[in-house]
Amino acid sequence: MQLTGIDWTIMVLYFVFVIAIGFGVKRNMKTSVDFFLAGRSIPAWVCGLAFISANLGAQEVIGMAASGAKYGIATSHFYWVGAIPAMVFVGIFMMPFYYGSHARSVPEYLRLRFDEKTRGLNAISFATMTVFSSGISMYAMAKLIQTLRVFDAPLKALGLSPALTFHVSIVVSAVIVLAYILVGGLTSAIYNEVLQFFLIVAGFLPLVLLGLKNVGGWSGIRAQLPASYTHSWQGMSSAHTNPLGVEWFGLVMGLGFVLSFGYWCTDFLVVQRAMAAESMSAARRTPLIAALPKMLFPFLVILPGLIAVSLPTAPAQTTNAGIHTVVEQYSGKGLIPVKVDESTGLPKTDRNGRPVLDYDLAVPNMLLHYFPTGMLGLGLTALLASFMSGMAGNVTAFNTVWTYDIYRAYLKKQATDAHYLLMGRMATVLGVALSVAAAYAATRFNNIMDFLQLVFAFVNAPLFATFLLGMFWKRTTGHGAFAGLVSGTAAAALHHGLTLPEGAVAGIKGGWLTAVHVYPSEMAQNFWTAIWAWTTCFVITILVSVITEPRKEEELVGLVYSLTERTRDEHLPWYQRPTWLGVGVLALALLLNIVFW
Amino acid sequence: MGLDIRLPIGLLFAVIGALMGGYGALSNKAIYQRSLGLNINLAWGIVLLIFGLTILFLGYRGTKVRLRGKTSSSGSNSEGIHRRDV
Repeated sequence: MQLTGIDWTIMVLYFVFVIAIGFGVKRNMKTSVDFFLAGRSIPAWVCGLAFISANLGAQEVIGMAASGAKYGIATSHFYWVGAIPAMVFVGIFMMPFYYGSHARSVPEYLRLRFDEKTRGLNAISFATMTVFSSGISMYAMAKLIQTLRVFDAPLKALGLSPALTFHVSIVVSAVIVLAYILVGGLTSAIYNEVLQFFLIVAGFLPLVLLGLKNVGGWSGIRAQLPASYTHSWQGMSSAHTNPLGVEWFGLVMGLGFVLSFGYWCTDFLVVQRAMAAESMSAARRTPLIAALPKMLFPFLVILPGLIAVSLPTAPAQTTNAGIHTVVEQYSGKGLIPVKVDESTGLPKTDRNGRPVLDYDLAVPNMLLHYFPTGMLGLGLTALLASFMSGMAGNVTAFNTVWTYDIYRAYLKKQATDAHYLLMGRMATVLGVALSVAAAYAATRFNNIMDFLQLVFAFVNAPLFATFLLGMFWKRTTGHGAFAGLVSGTAAAALHHGLTLPEGAVAGIKGGWLTAVHVYPSEMAQNFWTAIWAWTTCFVITILVSVITEPRKEEELVGLVYSLTERTRDEHLPWYQRPTWLGVGVLALALLLNIVFW
Repeated sequence: MGLDIRLPIGLLFAVIGALMGGYGALSNKAIYQRSLGLNINLAWGIVLLIFGLTILFLGYRGTKVRLRGKTSSSGSNSEGIHRRDV
């Protein structure tokens, strides 16, 4: 890829603004609350956009288009079933406990509600996951830059080998993320997430509009692709009659309930954005405001994948701008090329000898296919912004959990606020360094989304059962919560070890104990792993709770639903009341499900 | 909160919009074959410029209002709560 001056100018401008925003908020970073919780002073709409942007990393922009190309519009289940209901639930029912308890993090809420060991378990597993997710974002970005050869020309101009692209991408992104978090803390990360939200829309909306014009709109896509690609619910009665390979119950329970609620309601990465809000009502509105653009995101990130497979398959072509799509030596599908083995240069094939398609290149190839220089610079900048924002979101969550829930809880209990602020900055450096290490350790997976779902299934799936019982059943005990979490995670691992997706080899994909059940797809296996983990945690937590001593009720005020003063919103106009907003959001999500049924 | 985020966002989009629009007006039209014959730089540049200026104006107005009313109290103190019976 050869970028011209206008493309580089747009990209450099973005980087300058990112750093400048960090320095713009620097003077407000006086205490640890300023650094870790943005001084609890951010308006609801800013927190709302940051709430979804923090999740808008590699897994969404690249992974959702990849899933769109692979599975069709059924990928929208990750939004209309697998996000919106959970976002409404966290806003209406859970935020009063997170925000009202004055906990500084989700693990800290667990300490207040349960005990130290439950907090410790969650803090350590969460910190590990954030570093890993950040590393995946970094790895995916560096790989993409390498594949598209973005830095080839500048590296050659500097007398360096283009082979260094991967390493240069890692270092540059790490330094930029590090710089703006170090100086501006969570405020800087949130502000950059908002900037990134608008950049993604600005960079991807023209892509969708051009693509739709090219293929004849939605009716053109329907004419080109099988019906299963353009209907989200048809064929869901059986796992064998839809592209996802999962039946409706597994989808609704596994994705729509366990994984979705486990992520949106308990993951500190997103909850932290709402906890930074300027008031309780702003914190409650944050996920609800976020849900509105979130439910429209399939049109921005899934449609490019569908358009990419609707286009006729054509060989690589060189244009007058000298830009060409990634070499497509073998017959792919539309703009999706065949995956090539880097060591041999030959196409990868599955067990049946069919070529494996590189769906992750759906978005990059769409950008190269439709965008001339100038617009291409903006599209590429939007893509880089999403990667970096995903990284920054994880790093800010990591530095908070490390400082409050690991360092302060176990290593240095009594210290000045200035000391913890310094530790937060050091943890930022540590988080970025560990992310870099994770990026280099990132493993082989065809679809990033499938992999992240697996990680979520092990760590997050049991967690929602703990929160649900903890917030809504005052009898739940710390011992019950801890035993439930451990057994839930163990159940996830056990289920994974005993099952395999169809066509997979025992190992990282499952069946590493023995394969007693084969699922039609990896996604179905992931959803059912989550269901098993959640159910195990739920049952064990109840069983252990009833045989252990509960805490005194007065200690649980503000932490449990039945013992907590409820927030009143009658004084707010109807459009600001969380309940009305939630009902409206759910109605719109239902409507979208019906339209694309 | 300090900096109003609308100011840098508005400024960035206004600058990018102006750059893209200017480039679109001056560039060789042949490069727009790939964007289906549409001068996407000019068209989208104008859209971004208008968006950027609007956001910049809103941020400027918001900052002025905030500075004027800095002394008035706001936030969670104004929210009433009542205890729910067990």
